[in-house]
Amino acid sequence: MASNRIDVRFAALAEQGRTALIPFMTAGDPHPDWTVAMMHELVASGADLLELGVPFSDPTADGPVIQAASERAIEKGVSLESVFDMVRRFRAEDSETPVILMGYLNPIERLGYADCFAAAADAGVDGMLIVDCPPEEMAQLRPHLDASGLYPICLVAPTTTERRRKLICAAAAGFVYYVSFKGITGANRLDANTLVQPLADLREDTSLPLVVGFGIKDPQGASAVAFAADGVVIGSALVATLADAESEAEALERICAFVAPIRQAMDNTDHPGKQVAS
Amino acid sequence: MATVLEAKEGSAMGAQSDLNSLDVDNNGHFGPFGGSYASETLMHALEELTEAYQRWSSDDEFMARFDSDLAHYVGRPSPIYHAERLSEHCGGAKILLKREDLNHTGAHKINNTVGQALLAKYMGKSRVIAETGAGQHGVASATVAARLGQDCVVYMGEVDVHRQAINVFRMRLLGAEVRTVTAGSRTLKDALNEAMRDWVSNIDDTFYIIGTVAGPHPYPTLVRDFNAVVGREARRQMEAQYGTQPDALVACVGGGSNAMGLFHPYIEDRAVKMFGVEAAGHGLETGQHAASLCAGRPGVLHGCRSYIIDDSHGQILHTHSVSAGLDYPGVGPEHAWLKDTGRAQYVSITDDEALDAFHRLTRLEGILPALESSHAVAYGMKLAASMSRDQIVLINLSGRGDKDVHTVAELENISL
Repeated sequence: MASNRIDVRFAALAEQGRTALIPFMTAGDPHPDWTVAMMHELVASGADLLELGVPFSDPTADGPVIQAASERAIEKGVSLESVFDMVRRFRAEDSETPVILMGYLNPIERLGYADCFAAAADAGVDGMLIVDCPPEEMAQLRPHLDASGLYPICLVAPTTTERRRKLICAAAAGFVYYVSFKGITGANRLDANTLVQPLADLREDTSLPLVVGFGIKDPQGASAVAFAADGVVIGSALVATLADAESEAEALERICAFVAPIRQAMDNTDHPGKQVAS
Repeated sequence: MATVLEAKEGSAMGAQSDLNSLDVDNNGHFGPFGGSYASETLMHALEELTEAYQRWSSDDEFMARFDSDLAHYVGRPSPIYHAERLSEHCGGAKILLKREDLNHTGAHKINNTVGQALLAKYMGKSRVIAETGAGQHGVASATVAARLGQDCVVYMGEVDVHRQAINVFRMRLLGAEVRTVTAGSRTLKDALNEAMRDWVSNIDDTFYIIGTVAGPHPYPTLVRDFNAVVGREARRQMEAQYGTQPDALVACVGGGSNAMGLFHPYIEDRAVKMFGVEAAGHGLETGQHAASLCAGRPGVLHGCRSYIIDDSHGQILHTHSVSAGLDYPGVGPEHAWLKDTGRAQYVSITDDEALDAFHRLTRLEGILPALESSHAVAYGMKLAASMSRDQIVLINLSGRGDKDVHTVAELENISL
């Protein structure tokens, strides 16, 4: 089986001693026709991997910003299949940047596991983060995920016990996503100092890269997290910045203005706390 | 003409070989339904709750306190009442009502909240949160929180806040903070989303009192067990008052807690038919209903796999019912399993039929039923009419209708 783009990208970053910048945006927001161009602009502005939110009507783990973005996208007719189509069009011009879809289980159920994951892989998706499907419930879908070559992206939270941490690390592939605090996406209370110990604990259980998300909003926050993590996800703050863009050109401008300073701040950070897997 | 009961006989018989597998497994699965489809941040809290529940539900002191609260605070046992004039009106089986409407706060919801708030106290959680649709669960949560001195926040959809204004005021009188939810359809499902977000964000000191037999494991089991006092009492009362058990049980199903409370102690008693009554709203064919089991399909919502109402892309659809407490696009996973195994039958009643039953019971028996319970009454009346006079239908009258008088007046263009 061909190697997964996520592995290739993290290996290259490790060699360069850089931390991955992983912007998140809700697919189809603010307008479905702009999403592919926005993905390219994210990469041009310094993104290493892309995380696309698949809109769901009842996103219980997300805050108001992403919920509102999801509602707007659903109103414009965005579905899981149309997200696959966006990734396919992105792939026509970018065959290297890994794309992860983040979403909830029910839309996947509707397509059926085998068909859904085969279609995702065919479109050029590399990993699936299914927020409401913990490893305990993954047994039925995992064979289909594996057969399609997609990685399950697994979450670890501050509340995760040691027993579950080991279970999750055993199930994870590509990278492990550490939720930086006890809360929903977009809440504002990340203290980077609190990350050091949990990330050190995680490195005992896995050699996969560690990515931190939830609550990182700006260059300062990103560079503080880049100190200890192999990757940084920025989601709600970006989604909020883009929400009321009135044209594709405006959305692209905002992306560049928002992402480039974050990239710069991260690249100016030394990473003594890290030991990226080689 | 075959009676309704006889017509349903085939599917009920087919299920009997499966009865051994009807109970829940260690991870909260009822057959293919249930489970813990929750975000990682909640998983530890769910495990902690599972362990605490296992520990305290087998603790004599805890259970004695629970039983004592049910007797002296809730006012149990609730009577079984023979609705003679209603039975006569229907001209068939004897109709009995399990009077959960006579409980403190006016519905079965208090059984569960007494249990969960006590569990919160034993677990050392100082703050409780709840979601509510009709407001009955919110009131029941605010009530027990007041009694135990717990901080209480209740999430309620904006639509429900308007149609259940009296219950909102009751909750505030009881010291609870009612937070209006303006996202999505602004009803029960969105209140549940918001309560889950609160729980994720305040997991250390907060206990989430879920009001129905849905949500991630262990809630469907835990809520069922706290409500099963209804069915256990009914078995004893039936034996004492009538020397027999009913031929059929009827209960309304939104999330399904009152139905599961009545049904559960009867699951092994295969002679007793069980009917869950969903809200058909304006009619199943209009798409404006809340009948997950009758018109939905299996999917994943709010932490469990069960029957849900969604579109072809898997987005959850807005539902409609005249009764806020049934206006929910999912249903407890144990009901899904009872449906698929054929042990229980699920039927639906429209808004108009429920309103008709509301008036019928009020005028014939002097009992004002909740609009939720009116769905059960409406189906119970149909069922009784199709049965013989020596048979018995037991309807769970899950709540009283005082909260609904404004809704009924509005529907009938009467200004109060």
